[in-house]
Amino acid sequence: MQETAALHVEDLTVAYNSRPVLWDVDLTIPEGVLAAIIGPNGAGKSTLIKAVLGLIPRAAGTVSFYGKPYQKARELIGYVPQRGSVDWDFPTTVLDVVMMGCYGKLGWIKRPGQRERKMALEALEHVGIADLAHRQISQLSGGQQQRTFLARALVQDAQIYFMDEPFAAVDAVTERAIIALLRELRSRNKTVIVVHHDLQTVTEYFDYIALLNVEIIASGPTTEVFTADNLRLTYGGRVSFMEDRQVVLAGGD
Amino acid sequence: MMWYSDRRFWGIVAFTLFLNIAFIPFSSWVLNAEYQYTLRIVTVGGALLGIVSGILGSFAVLRQQSLIGDTVAHAALPGVAIAFLIAGRALEWLLVGAAIAGWVGVWMLNAILRTTRIKQDAAMGVVLVSWFGFGVALLSYIQRRPDAGQAGIDKFIFGQAAAIVRQDVNLIAIVGAFIVLILLLFWKELKLITFDYEFAAVNGFRVRILDTLLATLIVIAIVLGLQLAGVILMVGLLIAPSVAARQWTNHLEQMTILSALFGAFAGTVGAVISALDVGLPTGPLIIVVAFGVVLLSITFAPSRGVIWASWQQRRDRRRFAAQNILQDVYRYGQSHHDFQKPVETAFLIGLRGRTAQAGLHQLEKQGFVKRLDDASWVLTHEGLQKAQNFEESQQLWETYHLYREALDLPDVQQEHHANIHDVLAPEFIQRLERLQKGDTNDQSA
Repeated sequence: MQETAALHVEDLTVAYNSRPVLWDVDLTIPEGVLAAIIGPNGAGKSTLIKAVLGLIPRAAGTVSFYGKPYQKARELIGYVPQRGSVDWDFPTTVLDVVMMGCYGKLGWIKRPGQRERKMALEALEHVGIADLAHRQISQLSGGQQQRTFLARALVQDAQIYFMDEPFAAVDAVTERAIIALLRELRSRNKTVIVVHHDLQTVTEYFDYIALLNVEIIASGPTTEVFTADNLRLTYGGRVSFMEDRQVVLAGGD
Repeated sequence: MMWYSDRRFWGIVAFTLFLNIAFIPFSSWVLNAEYQYTLRIVTVGGALLGIVSGILGSFAVLRQQSLIGDTVAHAALPGVAIAFLIAGRALEWLLVGAAIAGWVGVWMLNAILRTTRIKQDAAMGVVLVSWFGFGVALLSYIQRRPDAGQAGIDKFIFGQAAAIVRQDVNLIAIVGAFIVLILLLFWKELKLITFDYEFAAVNGFRVRILDTLLATLIVIAIVLGLQLAGVILMVGLLIAPSVAARQWTNHLEQMTILSALFGAFAGTVGAVISALDVGLPTGPLIIVVAFGVVLLSITFAPSRGVIWASWQQRRDRRRFAAQNILQDVYRYGQSHHDFQKPVETAFLIGLRGRTAQAGLHQLEKQGFVKRLDDASWVLTHEGLQKAQNFEESQQLWETYHLYREALDLPDVQQEHHANIHDVLAPEFIQRLERLQKGDTNDQSA
């Protein structure tokens, strides 16, 4: 089981200024699922992704992708950072950003050429913004920015994707386009791990979830794990279930 | 469209190049500059330095790390002083001293940021002033020494173009070429870490090494400009040209080329003027010129420039006011079932406030309304048509927003008050119109 798991995390602990933000996280995510990491604000969802990808130092723990450590699995990994993490006033075009997706495979010094350009254009076609290829990135709407990032991830052609809040503040049309794309990735047996915070859509979108609040509260198939008790444990009693499995978050954010 | 197939960009490049070259005859005519050996050296030195720091500066500015250069620059001063105390006046050693000290300064800054909770601005402030204070103290100590060798050491603070010789320019050329070569070689990587640091790291690029590389290049560039522009203001030659260049373009490649040209201009003009009168320090003069370029760019550049923005705003305001008034007049006619019924100015002012006057004049100029007597107006034939078209377009937009998904129409951003016929292809508009007709039929049925 552990050898074939897309992601296997063991005893992961991360601390900021000696305050633990992730505590002893064990997590196994099987291949070919759409998985969500869910939890309240400050639960360490983004931190978990970043620690797994080696972007922030770990105090303890090991991580493997398809049974391999990060250094050996690098080419298998695709990443969609939070939209707000970059400066969208950077002087460049959509096509250029999407082409950055192939920089990793190109390696040091080698320049992207016609082949990479074609790949990028295809990815843009795929996410439905081919007509924006030469648009300045500062002129994109929020949804278009997100699609640009997704196109860049497609160009990475990874086996396992990590996406940090891809649904945050996008319009309904973009949200549907994104979920369609994620499902398509899953049908090609890719694994997609998403930081998500909209509890309403969890059961509809994801077949595997991890409930996180500094520690892992529960993880497994959505049908087994997405229960009122688990949610209450994660969100601390601020959640109430309504009859048709609609979830209501009480008392603000 | 690629960045190099942009006519406007090449226009700006040609204009800047022209200014660069035209400065030489201009200066010999107005300033009586004689381009003898010394002045030629100064010209070439200033230009090369400007090009190198202009190119390097684009990355520093876009990474929002401009002040790293400032830290380096100030930290370099004690390095110069210590090197002088150990090895004497030899320029090579002074530069080595500056480079080591500058680099240690950056390292110290990063160490503070990594290990404490002190924020970047405060950390820079601390490193910058403490090193500079130390440097100034050392310089004063050196200057009080009796030996003649110390003369001119204070020139390192503000730079002195007139003092540079052929070897110095050779050094600038060789090291500068090396810097530019490295930048071109790692262009892709530097662009990636500048835009999206985390993505670069996930893709396996050693981001720490790239950070160090960039910081080291900045140290080298500043040390290179030590003699000509001085420690403190060399950083201005790094930042100002790229800030100016950013105003004119939205492409990193274009920005870098423009930045190099602006840098060359500032470097040349500042260095030549200061060399003509030995009393004037070069660094401040270069900065004054560079600041002039920044000022012009911020004021006049299209899209980002101040004048452009206010002009655009005024035009929009007038256009919207006119459009609103036109619709008011139209609706007035509509509600009275008579488009020939005159509307009183006072009524429109009551509706729209003072913008009504300006709007009416605009419409009159365009021939959409006619002045009947001093205080009333009526739509012209063209005005009626325009107002009807606009009304229709607004209704189509409404239908579009309601049924865009159901009709599978393309997702277009509605520019405020844009005519839908300019944005949407005819076949899509037909679909909307059919739906509108269908709707009214349903209601009447």
